[in-house]
Amino acid sequence: MQTPALPPQGATERARRWRRLRRAVALPLAALALSGCTIPSFGASPGVTSSSKSVFHLWQGFSIGAVIIGGLVVGLMLWSIIRYRRKSDRIPEQSQYHLPLEMIYTVVPILIVFGLFAATLVVENKEVANPKTSVIVDVNAFQWGWKFTYPGTNALVYGQTTQNPVMEIPVNTNVRISLTSSDVVHGFYVKAFNFSRYALPGVDNIFTLRAQNTGTFFGQCTQLCGLYHSLMWFRVKVVSQSEYANWIASFNNPAAEAAAKAANKTTNQQTSSIVPSKPAYTNFGVN
Amino acid sequence: MKVEAKILIGLGVFFGLMCLVYWNWSLENAGGVMMFAAMLLCFLPGGYYYWWSRRMKARPEDDPNATQAGGAGVVGAFPGTSIWPFTLGMGSFFVVLALVFGIWFLVPGLGLVIWAMLGGTAEGRRGGKV
Amino acid sequence: MTDLLKPPVHVEDHGHEEHHGPTGILKWITTTDHKVIGLSYTITAVIMLVIGGMFAEIIRAQLATPNGTLVSLAQYNELFTMHGSVMIYLFAGPFAFGALANIIVPIQIGAPDMAFPRLNALSYWLYLTGAITMLSGFFVTGGAANFGWVAYAPLSNSLNTPGAGADLWIGGLLLTGFSAIFTGVNLCATIFYLRAPGMTMFRMPIFTWNMLVTSILILLAFPVLTAGLIMLYADRHFGTHIFSVAGGGVPVLWQHLFWFWGHPEVYILALPFFGMVTEIIPVFSRKPVFGYKGMIFATLSIAALSLGVWAHHMFTTGVVLLPFFSIMSLLIAVPTGIKIFNWIGTMWRGEVWFSTAMLMSLGFLFTFLIGGLTGIYLASPPLDFFTHDTYFVVAHFHSVVMALVLAGMGGLFYWGPKITGYLLNERLGKAQFWFLFIGTQAFTFPLYILGLQGMPRRMAIYPHDPQWKGLNDLSTVGAVLIGISTIIFVINVVVSWKKYPAGDNPWDGHTLEWFTTSPPPHHNFYRLLQIRSERPTWDYNHPGHRALAHGQHEAHEENDSEVPAS
Repeated sequence: MQTPALPPQGATERARRWRRLRRAVALPLAALALSGCTIPSFGASPGVTSSSKSVFHLWQGFSIGAVIIGGLVVGLMLWSIIRYRRKSDRIPEQSQYHLPLEMIYTVVPILIVFGLFAATLVVENKEVANPKTSVIVDVNAFQWGWKFTYPGTNALVYGQTTQNPVMEIPVNTNVRISLTSSDVVHGFYVKAFNFSRYALPGVDNIFTLRAQNTGTFFGQCTQLCGLYHSLMWFRVKVVSQSEYANWIASFNNPAAEAAAKAANKTTNQQTSSIVPSKPAYTNFGVN
Repeated sequence: MKVEAKILIGLGVFFGLMCLVYWNWSLENAGGVMMFAAMLLCFLPGGYYYWWSRRMKARPEDDPNATQAGGAGVVGAFPGTSIWPFTLGMGSFFVVLALVFGIWFLVPGLGLVIWAMLGGTAEGRRGGKV
Repeated sequence: MTDLLKPPVHVEDHGHEEHHGPTGILKWITTTDHKVIGLSYTITAVIMLVIGGMFAEIIRAQLATPNGTLVSLAQYNELFTMHGSVMIYLFAGPFAFGALANIIVPIQIGAPDMAFPRLNALSYWLYLTGAITMLSGFFVTGGAANFGWVAYAPLSNSLNTPGAGADLWIGGLLLTGFSAIFTGVNLCATIFYLRAPGMTMFRMPIFTWNMLVTSILILLAFPVLTAGLIMLYADRHFGTHIFSVAGGGVPVLWQHLFWFWGHPEVYILALPFFGMVTEIIPVFSRKPVFGYKGMIFATLSIAALSLGVWAHHMFTTGVVLLPFFSIMSLLIAVPTGIKIFNWIGTMWRGEVWFSTAMLMSLGFLFTFLIGGLTGIYLASPPLDFFTHDTYFVVAHFHSVVMALVLAGMGGLFYWGPKITGYLLNERLGKAQFWFLFIGTQAFTFPLYILGLQGMPRRMAIYPHDPQWKGLNDLSTVGAVLIGISTIIFVINVVVSWKKYPAGDNPWDGHTLEWFTTSPPPHHNFYRLLQIRSERPTWDYNHPGHRALAHGQHEAHEENDSEVPAS
C-alpha cells in the first residue's frame, strides 16, 4: 500500500485521536442501527394496549437520553476524580468562570428538555384522547374491592379483594372506562396497560383503552386506601369480540337483571353495602 | 438592600406571570390563588427593601470596599440566656395537646404562653436581663 | 497585617452570661446561642434519623418474604407512615436548616448570632415538642397515624382514621411547621441584616445563598401546609366538609394544598444539602467553586420553578393541567444540571483530596445523578401514569434522599471539627462511606426494577407475586448495609470523642468560619478579616491565588501585600 507523505507529527496525533473518537462514537451507533427494532427495553415491557406501546417507546426514548447523559456525567466525574486526584500540595490554577462553557450546558439541556416535552405531548395526547366507542365500563372502587357495571346491559361484576372480580372487555375495541370511588382515593392500575389512574370520590375519571391482545391481566389498587390496601386486586380479561357479546348476553336472565337493577339503584356512596361489609382474612397469617 | 429587593421582586414577578398563565389555562382556583398569594408574599418584603434601598446610603455590608472598622457599632441586644423560649415552647406543646386530648389542656397551655409572652417582652424592655 | 481588624460590631452582651450563666441542663434549656441551639438540633435530628431508619429496617424485613408476618397490615401502615413523616418532617428539614445552617450561616457571613436568638430557641423547642407529639402516636389506642405521610383526604378523615394517633400527627406537624417558619424568618433576617462589612450578597458562600433561598421557600410553602392541616383538623372534629364529597367538599383540594407545600419542600430539603456539597467540593479540590454566579442563578431558578410544579404528584388524578406541570417539572432539570456540571467543573484540574467529607460528596453526586435522571421520567405524564405509585417512584425519591443523607454526613465530617473542635476518625469515616454508598445502590436499584415489574408501593405483603422476593431481598440487604453504616458513625463519634484536636482550619477552608477558632467563641469572632471576595479565609492564607475568569491566567509575581488596603 502506498504510504502518503507523512504530515507533521502533531497532525497525525490529532488525526489518530480524531479517528479513535469517531470510531468510539460510530460503533455503538452502528450497533444500534443494525439491531433495528431491538432497542433495549430498559426494564419496561410494551404491554397490551395501543397506548401502552407508545408509552413503552417513549420510555425507551427517555432511557436512551438518560443513558447518554448519565454516561457522560459519570464519565466526566470519574475522569476528574481519577485524573485530578491529589498528587501534591500544589495549588492548582484558580479558574472560576468559563462563560461559553456555562452557556453551552445551559442551552443544550433546555433544547433537550423541549425535545422530551414534544415527545411527551405526542404520547400524552394519544393517551388522554377519548374516541367514540360503544363499550363503556363503569368502574367503582371501594374499600376494599371493585364493582364493574356495563351501562345499557345487565352485566355486573363486583367483589372484594380475594374474590378477584374480573372485568371483561373485548379485544381491538375502544373501551371507555368511567372510574370513580365510593369512599377514599384508590388507584386503578393494570401493569399490562402501562397505565394507572386515581379513583377519586365525587369525580368521574374517563379514559379509553384499546387492548390488542387477549388474555387475563392482573390489576391492583395503587393508592393507599386503608387496612387491606395490599389485597385490593382485580383482573382484566380481554376476550374476542364474539366471546364478549356472549358474556354480556349471559346476564340476560331474570336473576341477573334484578341484581343489576339493585346495583344500579344504589348510589356510589352505598356501593359498599351491596357486598359483605368487612372481609374476613385468615389465610395470610396477619391479623 | 438593592440585591435583596431585586431577588424578592424578581421571584414575585415570576410567580405572577406563572399565576397568569396557569390560572387562564387551567381555570383551577386553588393553585391560582396560592400562586397569587405567593406573589404578594414576595412583593411585601421586596417592596419594603426596595423602598428603603432608595432612601438610605449603602450599608457597609453592601459596599464591596468596606472596612471592618466602618461597620463597628452596636447592632442590637443579644440576650445571653433566656428561659422564655422554653416556656413558650412548652405552652404551645400543651395547646397542641389540647387539640388531641381535651380542652382542659388549654389551661396550662395558654397560661404558659401568656406568661412567656409577658416575661419575654419584659426581658426585652429591660435589655435582656431578668 | 492591615487586614486583621477588630471585630465587626460591638455586641451589647448583657453581663457575659456565658461565663457566669447557668450550667448543666439549665444551660441547654436557657441558651440563645445559635451554636448550642444548633447542636441540640443536630443531636435531635440524628436521633430522628436513627428512629426513622429503624422503621425502615422493619419495613424491609417485612418485605423480605412475600407473606411477611413480622408486622400486621395495620402496623405496617403505621410504620411506613411514620418512617416517611419522621424522615421528612423530623430529620431532613431540621437537620439542614435547624442544625447545620443554624450553626454555620451566621459564622459564614461574619455575624455574632442569629438575628432573633430567642426566636431561634423557640424554634428548637417547637421542633422537639412536635417530634415528641408525632411519635407519641405509637402509645395511644389505635396506634400512630396510618394514612401515609401525604395523608390523602378522605382517608385521613375521622370516619376512616379515627383515633388520637392521627390527631397527634397533625399536632406534631403544626408545631414543627411553625418551628420551620420561625427558622426561615430568622435565617432571612440574619442574612439580610447581619452580614459583616464587605460581605456583599454576591460574596456570600453558596451554602448561605442556598439557605437564603431555602428560607424564602419555607416562608412561601409552610403556611399552606399549616392552613391545610387546620382544615383537616376542622374536618375531623368540627364537622366541616372541606375535603368530603358528602358535604359538598373537594377531596382533591387536600392534594393541591399538600403538594403546593410538598414540592417546594423537596427543594427545601435538597437545597441545603446542595449547599453543603458546594462548600465541600471546592475546599477538597483546592479551587474556587466553578461558576459561582451561575450556581446562584441556578438556585434561584429552582426556587422560582418549584412553586409551579406541585401537580406532577397528581398527574394520575386526571383533574390537573398536564402540559403546564410537565414542562415546568422538566425545566427544573436544567438548573439542576447546571449545578452538577459546576460541581464537576470545580474538580476539573483541581487537586482532589479524598477525605471522608469529599467521598460523601462524590457519593452524593452519583446517587443524586441517578435520582435526578429518573425524576425526568416522572415529569412526563405518560411515563408517570406508567410508574406512579409503584416502587419506581419509591426508588427515585430514595435515590434523592439517600444522596442527601450522604451529603449531610459529608457536612458533619466537614463542619463537625469546627463545631466541636475535634476531628472524626477518617478510617472509620471511609468505612462508613462505603457501607452507606454501596448499601444505597443495593437498596435502590432493585426497587427501580420492581417498580417497572409493577410492584405498587405501600404493600405489606405480595402473595400474588412471589417472584419479586429475590429483588426485595437484595434491597433488604442494602438497607442492612445502610444500617451498619449508621452504627459505624455512632461508633466513630464515641471512639473519636475529644481525641483528634482539629485546629482552626483543618481543611484549608475558604470561607469565614475557618478563620475563627474551633469551636468558635461566644458571638463567633475575636477578630475579622477584610472581605474582598467570596473566599476571605483563602485570600488571607493564599494571597496571590485569586479566582480567575475564562482567559485569565495566574500572575506569577506573588505579592503578599496584594490585599487591597482599606
